[in-house]
Amino acid sequence: MNEAAYLTAEHLRVRLGGRVVLDDVSLSLPHRGFAALVGPNGAGKTTLLRALAGLLPAEGLVRIGDETVASLAIRERARRFAYLPQGPVVHWPLPVRDIVALGRYPHGAIDPSRLSPADADAVARAMQGTDIADLADRPVTELSGGERCRTMLARVLAVEAPVILADEPTASLDPHHQIEALHLLRRAAQASALVIVVTHDLGFAARFADTVLVLDRGRLVATGPPSSALAAAVLAEVFRVDAFRAERDGEPVIVPWSAR
Amino acid sequence: MENSDDTRYQGILKRPPGHAVLAGFERDTVRCVKRPTGVAPLIALGALAALLFLLSLGIGSVRLSPITVAQALLGGGSEEQRIIVQEIRLPRAILGLCIGAVLGLSGAALQGLLRNPLAAPSLFGAPQSAAFGAVVVIALGLADVRSFMLPLAAIAAAFVSVFLLLVVAGRNASLLLLILAGLAISSLAGAATALTMNLAPNPFAALEIAFWLLGSLEDRSFRHVLLALPFIALGAAVLMTERHAFRALALGEEAAQSLGVNVARLRLLVIAGVALGVGASVAVAGTISFIGLVAPHLMRPLVRHDPARLLVPSALAGSALLLTADIAVRIIPTNADSLRVGVLTAIIGVPFFLYLIVRERRSLGGGLA
Repeated sequence: MNEAAYLTAEHLRVRLGGRVVLDDVSLSLPHRGFAALVGPNGAGKTTLLRALAGLLPAEGLVRIGDETVASLAIRERARRFAYLPQGPVVHWPLPVRDIVALGRYPHGAIDPSRLSPADADAVARAMQGTDIADLADRPVTELSGGERCRTMLARVLAVEAPVILADEPTASLDPHHQIEALHLLRRAAQASALVIVVTHDLGFAARFADTVLVLDRGRLVATGPPSSALAAAVLAEVFRVDAFRAERDGEPVIVPWSAR
Repeated sequence: MENSDDTRYQGILKRPPGHAVLAGFERDTVRCVKRPTGVAPLIALGALAALLFLLSLGIGSVRLSPITVAQALLGGGSEEQRIIVQEIRLPRAILGLCIGAVLGLSGAALQGLLRNPLAAPSLFGAPQSAAFGAVVVIALGLADVRSFMLPLAAIAAAFVSVFLLLVVAGRNASLLLLILAGLAISSLAGAATALTMNLAPNPFAALEIAFWLLGSLEDRSFRHVLLALPFIALGAAVLMTERHAFRALALGEEAAQSLGVNVARLRLLVIAGVALGVGASVAVAGTISFIGLVAPHLMRPLVRHDPARLLVPSALAGSALLLTADIAVRIIPTNADSLRVGVLTAIIGVPFFLYLIVRERRSLGGGLA
């Protein structure tokens, strides 16, 4: 895990409205891979994601490669971190292609009708990868939930950032689209990125993640492969559940079964 | 299953060796579905505004044919005609064109910033506050009506009012909250203006002050054009340079921030741009409402709801609307004083606003955006 740490945080601490939301969080993640960030409600998962991306003021240090995130210019930072907020909304019925093209905004492509060939290629790749090329001209507000989710993922992939941060990308999706979206993110992770996904679904975390980060009341209480970070003791103590465990096709299955 | 996934997500999985060729092909497949909007509607709108501009030079107590207007503009015709066209009607038409444009632009920009089609300067109390700023300068005898103090005071007051509004309503305010806060601010500005009139040391000031209460373009000179135009141009330039950020804001402030938009700075720039445009307009023409609401609304389908590309058509439509209204007040017969253009835009604009509320009722009731 520690070989060639790419994204590291040292003693992160975030206060929101006088309350300590993140407390002394340190972590280290490699250049590529899929990390799941889990924890009970209010554990500070979203806050950690934002703090890593430099979207909110935090004490401590976040480094990406050999640079500190706080020292990056806003555009520069936007090229390193592609961020998918929770429950993404689109306020205007823009065509799908223009939404995806917003992923090139950090690269200076602020006008989607005037993309450079390189930017247009990145947009096309992202749309192809998420299987939405056919929807290019459709207003995003007219799409189904699954199509809209894929559009948002395409927007994030189009940034071609080394780090992708996704906050509950599968919430409000049906099972088919949940699995599809997670496959997509895992492919992106295998191809060229560090993907960190906030999720409440321990089963998905166990199955898809290389690394699981467990947050509890603002503190990182477990980090490691799913087998250790989602061990029975952690589930009992942090999530107050007992889980059903099994294996299918060589992948672990965890289903929270009873509340403690 | 793994296999079908492999082919399906190939696009991001691997970039094949012949990548450039393939990428070019992909681009075409995505690009061939082309946006319908081009320059043609813009040219049509521009032509309409130009036509209304010329029409505005010909209409009034003395009607002049388009040919006579053209002659007078170019220095021909009788001296009387030249004076009517060049000195009386030309400043009025220029102001109508520019004020209409910047009001349309301000409305589109505020709507882009707040991601809501019901946002407009006049609903947020900006013109009323600007009028108060101008009135204070006159009432206290700080400067006369032809001084640059006037637009500056109006701009400052408009800036404070919009800034205050966004602070009071909070960062992710629902439109309902914004409109309520806007109502409070316009009421306050109106009351403060009335109070200033009562307290004015100079009795003649009240007469001059009444001028700002309802907008009019009548009897404006090139001095007025000179007073307002630099600020209007600056405000328009500020709003235009920031327009592409509105598209990123369609994803919400947080996502826009993550894409590299400095949202706090953008908000200040938009407030400044709107204040410059609206403040300068009010300083020379009084409060003219609802152009900023109506113009972007009419133009939105034309640009397929793109909040960035909405700005230019909204400016042109704003010009056309205000010029039309200003022509109408010269045609509609009245008993005594001529009709004020601000009255006309409000009479048309308020029912339009109510209609928009009915249409957007569901999202308004939903509250949180």
